[in-house]
Amino acid sequence: MEIDSISSGSPASPSPLGAQPMQLNGCRSFRSMLGSPDISLANNAYWGIPSRRWDANAWKRQSSSAEQLPVLMSLFGGEMSLLRSPLQPPSPGFSFDLTERNAVLGRLLEGSPPPRPVKTGTTISGMVFRDGVVLGADTRATSGDVVADKMCAKIHRISANMYCCGAGTAADTQKTTDLLASNLALFSLNSQRAPRVLMAASILQDTLYRYGGQIGAHLILGGVDYSGAHLYTVGPYGSVDKLPFVSMGSGSMAALGILEDRYKPNMEVEEAKVLVRDSVQAGIMGDLGSGSNVDLCVITAQAVDYIRPYQESQYTNGRNRKYKYPPGTTALLSEKVVPLRMELVTEAVQRMETH
Amino acid sequence: MEHDAAVRGVSTGTTIMAVTFDGGVIIGSDSRATRGGEEVSSKTINKLVQVHQRIFCCMAGSLADAQAVLKTASFQLNLHSVQMEAPPRVIAAASLLRKLCYHNKDELQAGFITAGWDPQKGPQVYVVSLGGMLISQPFTIAGSGSTYIYGYTDAKYRPHMTREEGLQFVTNALALAMGRDNVSGGVAHLVVITEEGAEHVVIPGNKLPKFHDE
Repeated sequence: MEIDSISSGSPASPSPLGAQPMQLNGCRSFRSMLGSPDISLANNAYWGIPSRRWDANAWKRQSSSAEQLPVLMSLFGGEMSLLRSPLQPPSPGFSFDLTERNAVLGRLLEGSPPPRPVKTGTTISGMVFRDGVVLGADTRATSGDVVADKMCAKIHRISANMYCCGAGTAADTQKTTDLLASNLALFSLNSQRAPRVLMAASILQDTLYRYGGQIGAHLILGGVDYSGAHLYTVGPYGSVDKLPFVSMGSGSMAALGILEDRYKPNMEVEEAKVLVRDSVQAGIMGDLGSGSNVDLCVITAQAVDYIRPYQESQYTNGRNRKYKYPPGTTALLSEKVVPLRMELVTEAVQRMETH
Repeated sequence: MEHDAAVRGVSTGTTIMAVTFDGGVIIGSDSRATRGGEEVSSKTINKLVQVHQRIFCCMAGSLADAQAVLKTASFQLNLHSVQMEAPPRVIAAASLLRKLCYHNKDELQAGFITAGWDPQKGPQVYVVSLGGMLISQPFTIAGSGSTYIYGYTDAKYRPHMTREEGLQFVTNALALAMGRDNVSGGVAHLVVITEEGAEHVVIPGNKLPKFHDE
């Protein structure tokens, strides 16, 4: 079997640094051009360019497994070479070396599927109402056929006035929204301006486009800025659409039916909350990948109401996961209180530009 | 136009076209975006992008690629315009798109129609295809839905049309294509660009002309 031949070592394996299984075209790729500083934020030094671009089709074209052995050894050897030189700074950005290894391994271990990453399954939806934006999401995270998290939080905070729902690969949505939130906070501090929803959508678009769909993040971004309430959807390939109502995820078709039927412009807040809740509920009932509770987030110019959960699932197993003991369970023998006094030294108020 | 399911991510599907008339150009598109050729991901996607005051581009192919290219191109066009201290020519916008499409043809799946008016050459229409070919034509159609209206546009186009005749020509052509192509639909967006400026006309789906559809 082919796996045994790996462990026994392959003859004449080329040197790990010399073997370059993925030949890039010589000219700079379009995506790496988008990483230039005049287009992305100055703070985006963290967003480096992938050191090697993964071309899925090139791997499918490789026919014989004999070709794959030296490639595999070079991949493992390549990683070993990184360990051998710890003084070398790591190349910036994501490294997709392991995806190449996974593709080769998948073909060598023919038949058995590789382990799947945690996906959120998911129904997320959002709509614009009279005073702002309502976002809604279910709370089920699945890993294959198993529910990995029954109370997953899919509505992520981007800034005080913007929240983002994420569907697709859980890790990707969390990391992408975290990075967006950090970069916008830095932008806010550097420029003394509150960021606009359009800016956040544009940054998400640039980031996701640069990774060519490899980051599985299907996002609904909603918020209120000085120019009003806005709702955007960003796809994993980097496409952006601005809509009055939208739903994403595996339950999006079920949710969209509800929204299409009952959406009207300039709805009142309670009616809007009920409509979003109903649309997520349709996804929970009609889609296997969505379930558990409904979270809502109501964003207006004055305040944000993050309601988690807005509606709890009736299908629980009754297990009480709070194991707090009442005060007095352990006998109190003595008590000493030391007040920590803090002195107000200076106080300064700085106005922030709102546009 | 390759099969819609082969386009990565959200596809614009699309019927786009532009035609010159006496004194200006009319550029038009449908408003449907699809995913995998099966699901309509947006009924109201905006495919007509204003890159300058009197220059519009419409996009076909992968929505993500087209949006990314147009963002870069309109940034570069604005910079060029500031440096030249003059409004850019339509050929400049088209050339920027061609440069991006040609040099990155291995990675991009996007085509464009650029139409506009400039003082030097008046109304112009350019098409940049998938591989980066740039040509100028009196009128042009593109997108998956365009295959259904080659005969109609070839037969009905006349040079030096009036504004009303041009609008009717584009409206009819878009309606016919949207009626036959499954990945084109929604509303018809038309922009009329003349020396005076740009005017946006939206025709909802139920107000489009019907051709034996009843």
